[in-house]
Amino acid sequence: MDISVHDCVVRLQGVSQRYGKAVALDDISLEIPAGKMIGLIGPDGVGKSTLLGIVAGVRRLQGGKVQVLGGNIDDASFRNAVSSQVAYLPQGLGKNLYPTLSIFENADFFGRLFGQSREEREARISDLFASTDLSPFRERPAGKLSGGMKQKLGLCCSLIHDPELLILDEPTTGVDPLARRQFWELIARIRVRRPSMSVLVATAYMDEAEGFDWLVAMDAGKVLATGTPDELRRSTNETTLERAFIKLLPEEATRGHKEPQITPYKSSGGPPAIEAKGLTQRFGTFTAVDHVNFRIERGEIFGFLGSNGCGKTTTMKMLTGLLPPTEGTALLFGKPVKGGDVESRRRVGFMTQAFSLYTELTVRQNLVLHARLFDLPPEKASARVTELLTGFGLEQVADTLTESLPLGIRQRLSLAVAVIHEPEMLILDEPTSGVDPVARDGFWELLIRLSRENGVTIFLSTHFMNEAERCDRMSMMHGGKVLAQGPPAQLVAERKAKNLEAAFIGYLEDAAKEQAAARGEPAAAAAAPAGAEVNVPQTAHAAVKSRFSFGRVWAFARREAVELLHDRVRLGFAVAGPLLLMAVFGWGISLDVDHLPFATLDGDDSSLSRQYTDNFRGSYYFEEKSPLSGYPELNRRLRNGELRIALDIPAGFQQDLARGRQPEVSAVLDAAMPFRAETARSYVQAVHGQYQARLREAKGLPPAASPMKLETRALFNQDFKSIYAMVPGDIMLLLMLIPSMLTALSVVREKELGSIANFYAAPATRTEFLLGKQLPYVTVALIQFATLVALAVVLFQVPVKGSWLTLIVGGVLYVLASTGFGLLLSVFASTQTAAIFAAAIIAILPAVQFSGMFVPVSSLTGGAWFAAKIFPSTYFQAVSVGTFTKALRLVSLWPQVAALALIAIVYFLVSVLLLKKQEA
Amino acid sequence: MKTLKHIGQLGVKELLSLARDPVLLFLIAYCFSFSVYTPAKSAVMDVINASVAVVDEDDSEVSRNIRAALLPPLFLPAARIAFSDINRAMNAGQYTFIIDIPPRFQQDLQRGVTTTVEIIADATAMSQAGRGPEYIRNIMDHEVRPFWAGSRDPRNQDLVKLNIRARFNPNMQQSWFVAVNQIINNISVLAIFLCGAAVLREREHGTLEHLLVMPLRPAELMFAKIWANGIVVIAAVMLSLFLVVKGALGVPVAGSIPLFLLGLTIYLFSVTALGIMLATLVRSMPQFGLLAFPVFIVMSLLSGGQTPLESMPLALQKIMQVVPSTHFVSFSQAVLFRNADFSMVWPDLTKMFVIGCVYTVYTLSRFRKMLAAVQ
Repeated sequence: MDISVHDCVVRLQGVSQRYGKAVALDDISLEIPAGKMIGLIGPDGVGKSTLLGIVAGVRRLQGGKVQVLGGNIDDASFRNAVSSQVAYLPQGLGKNLYPTLSIFENADFFGRLFGQSREEREARISDLFASTDLSPFRERPAGKLSGGMKQKLGLCCSLIHDPELLILDEPTTGVDPLARRQFWELIARIRVRRPSMSVLVATAYMDEAEGFDWLVAMDAGKVLATGTPDELRRSTNETTLERAFIKLLPEEATRGHKEPQITPYKSSGGPPAIEAKGLTQRFGTFTAVDHVNFRIERGEIFGFLGSNGCGKTTTMKMLTGLLPPTEGTALLFGKPVKGGDVESRRRVGFMTQAFSLYTELTVRQNLVLHARLFDLPPEKASARVTELLTGFGLEQVADTLTESLPLGIRQRLSLAVAVIHEPEMLILDEPTSGVDPVARDGFWELLIRLSRENGVTIFLSTHFMNEAERCDRMSMMHGGKVLAQGPPAQLVAERKAKNLEAAFIGYLEDAAKEQAAARGEPAAAAAAPAGAEVNVPQTAHAAVKSRFSFGRVWAFARREAVELLHDRVRLGFAVAGPLLLMAVFGWGISLDVDHLPFATLDGDDSSLSRQYTDNFRGSYYFEEKSPLSGYPELNRRLRNGELRIALDIPAGFQQDLARGRQPEVSAVLDAAMPFRAETARSYVQAVHGQYQARLREAKGLPPAASPMKLETRALFNQDFKSIYAMVPGDIMLLLMLIPSMLTALSVVREKELGSIANFYAAPATRTEFLLGKQLPYVTVALIQFATLVALAVVLFQVPVKGSWLTLIVGGVLYVLASTGFGLLLSVFASTQTAAIFAAAIIAILPAVQFSGMFVPVSSLTGGAWFAAKIFPSTYFQAVSVGTFTKALRLVSLWPQVAALALIAIVYFLVSVLLLKKQEA
Repeated sequence: MKTLKHIGQLGVKELLSLARDPVLLFLIAYCFSFSVYTPAKSAVMDVINASVAVVDEDDSEVSRNIRAALLPPLFLPAARIAFSDINRAMNAGQYTFIIDIPPRFQQDLQRGVTTTVEIIADATAMSQAGRGPEYIRNIMDHEVRPFWAGSRDPRNQDLVKLNIRARFNPNMQQSWFVAVNQIINNISVLAIFLCGAAVLREREHGTLEHLLVMPLRPAELMFAKIWANGIVVIAAVMLSLFLVVKGALGVPVAGSIPLFLLGLTIYLFSVTALGIMLATLVRSMPQFGLLAFPVFIVMSLLSGGQTPLESMPLALQKIMQVVPSTHFVSFSQAVLFRNADFSMVWPDLTKMFVIGCVYTVYTLSRFRKMLAAVQ
């Protein structure tokens, strides 16, 4: 079936989606034509991403019908089949990339996911890299790329399997204008090569949307209008899409909206508010900010224009004292910035890039907290909070939790917090990033008022051209350097450009040429190859559709392993940690009790009473302290922990003994630690028994015992040395705790960082994904197992007396179970903190207390017994002690081995069941 | 003065955040209820519920009496197995002890002929195997006495009587000890992970930078976290001590509660400082987990709570002196069980405090460096 003949690539009928109370999509019906470049336009938070997520199959459909490429996307088997024809690039720069993997490794992973052979991957990746100019950087980690390059790489990864439908969610947000232009040129070239491919793009940049074939204008979960850009402009009688869009909005959304008007800046004289001289910041060999100079006058609005990663944020951090500069100086109000200078911070308000207020507090609580932290007197504080709530239009949400507010309102709150102490200067890092045009204009009105009416100096960074245009003066930044500086109109005039964007692109091209010339390369950007057709070997589609593929398991496993190998710190901990702990435990954990401190209160002080004490002296188990003089001393020295045993020999001991009057000796034990006290008691009884036996012998009496003799035969560990029981237990403990902790972060980390979307969009099953996740950690855990056993045998001289095979089989199954436990927690948890915390708290109780290491499992009852039975430690403890110390073989241990296998399987299956293949 | 106010306000913020995290609250509740009660009730290193089997080759009145006398709480009801089952049962770890009563046992006793009973102990069950036979001997002696003619002969009386008294825990109940030890462990795990993870989360969410550009000192942030998390833990510990330990487990807490509170406060200061210090040493949450977890395991197993500190090699005992939990374990045992007064425990308190100060100073010196490192 040739899909391109369908006239409609996506069809939505009555689609509604809500998150709690918030409505993301409100009964949307839409038919999207095939083979075209489709734009979804509208501000943030109107449901664009939700819609794209549903079409891509990564979000669960709540209500309505969605057909993609002729099939029902709500049907899991269709979704799996169609996913090899759909590509999805989620929102957020490089969000679907793995930052520690190299460019090539990233692309290679996606190729493997789609079951491509080695030659095919090589050919496709070379082709894609050639047409995106990424070839020279194959080995660079993705995390170290600029925003534009990240998006190009993301696109390569999406295109690797020749999709019929390419879905791009805000692919150019935060990318510099040159890279943005190159990105769209690239898409255009690809469409020439593959005319049947449909491209679905969400964007907040209206100027980009002008070049698309067909548009869907959205607001508040509804479709406002559809049609070509021309049709939209004509229907609203406007000349630009941006204005057309604002006109399409319902009236209440635009009420009170007006284009912010700026009065020209008049210098009030005096020293500059901010002055930077040769400011430089290096991180290792990377220069983030390179000799930046600028002066900002009091009351001026100064803008930093540049892409993500160009050094704007770093410069601002140096100005606030968060980062000490490597070179150069920064002056605030004529004084050098110092990290610990608390007083100068009272004159500055700061707003960081990401929303950094406490989302678990309400709007009012946030304001009150900051008012107090800036030491506003209480009456003034409450007046100021009320004033800001009104002035910033926040009264209605005053008692709402911050986390449930839309971005635009949060940004207003951030600004309110930044000005709560009426600072003379504001430093704002990308304050309007992700805020819709109407809200952005409202935000600017506030800024203009602060600057012109209150004389506040404003230093802000942005990647929006129209915002930069509003600044009194601005500075264009790229690659850590300032390219040009001056009033925006002047910069445009200097380059004879038609607008600020063109001027910026001009400066960027110059910089790129200079850089290339410095490296002795031709300027690559302009002369990108036109994308020559390459003969790429095709994978049979049958391979992609197969139900279970080792190739995909391997793809996931390889990726996870490479990531682990790149994180030297984590790897080091994983391998060396258990060894170190084992050494410490084997050396330190011991249940042997000896050198018990004792003292005697000898009320008789006769030769026979001294003889009695002599029995305790010289024994390895006791250690004599200075004698006691009376009961108060006896009490005190027991209470302060100096003595564990106090012997009390009564006056008349010798006399009574001689007359056969059965004198009574008391031994007082410190039973605060019962285990130790019990042991001490048996030692005392033994010494006393020996003493009596000798006494009877001396008196010529027969032994007093009954004819019953008790013989104790200690099995498995004749001399009761705890090392033979403890070292196998240590192996059990460490193989539970460390591998589960490592694995516990595997899935939840991807959830938090967003790369889990790759799994949602890939034609992979949950089993494949989880197996791939578990495999590298099983390998690490097996290495730990091998080294721990070696340590036990070589260093601690605890030999394996039983069957090696049973120990190894049990160890492998145990490691599968402990990593499976981590996997289960990871699938269940929603944050890394929760996963770590749960791994620490939940695993340690059964592993230490219920496993049989300290207390025999046969003695457990109730909840403890149950916990012991469903946790693998109990069974491996039996296998470990059994094979090391009890000389057992599989014949006796098979039930434990079978239980381990069962638990490993159950943990894995439950993880598979709990894992979602779609976002909620 | 301003500093104190800031610390107070930031701390209130911490409390508000915590109140809105139900998962964390649940884990705290779990830590101080189930995780204290269950091990104390059953996982104790003592001869409690020891599993025992009897190979009764005599099947006489006395051997039946012996079997019936092996009773909870010391022993689980004795199973009767055949001689040929001994090896299989021991290998499977089914019983910790097997008592083999020989044929003609009663007859031999009555005639005064020496007869040998064998106790087979699983010596890998370290905590029971050593002392169990002693208990079995006492029980058997008691049962055998009426059948042994010589028992009434005055010459067979003890020459010297031994009277053993256990102070501070007269019945040597392990559950007292285990409950308190579990509380100490949970204090450590909560303090380290709560505070450390909170610092990392603030760093990852950018709120830490946000606070550092305000007129606040890092020390204020740190002490705010310490007091706020500390007060939650103190409240949970007190509830646990009264409801779970005194109430449900029936442990008579001997010592002075105010003194214990003082020590607890000092310990929390030093152990939360440790958690924050660990958080400043790493770059990401996975690394924090991998660093903090071993530290916690070492604290939990080697501080003298699980096994006696004196049993460890001297060098290790010295090393453990720089870990605050070692002193807290010793302090808690002294106060809660031995009713020690301030004059007896001040060295422990001083050491914990000094250790906490060292951690704090080191952490503060790293605070800004840490922010610079997360580029």
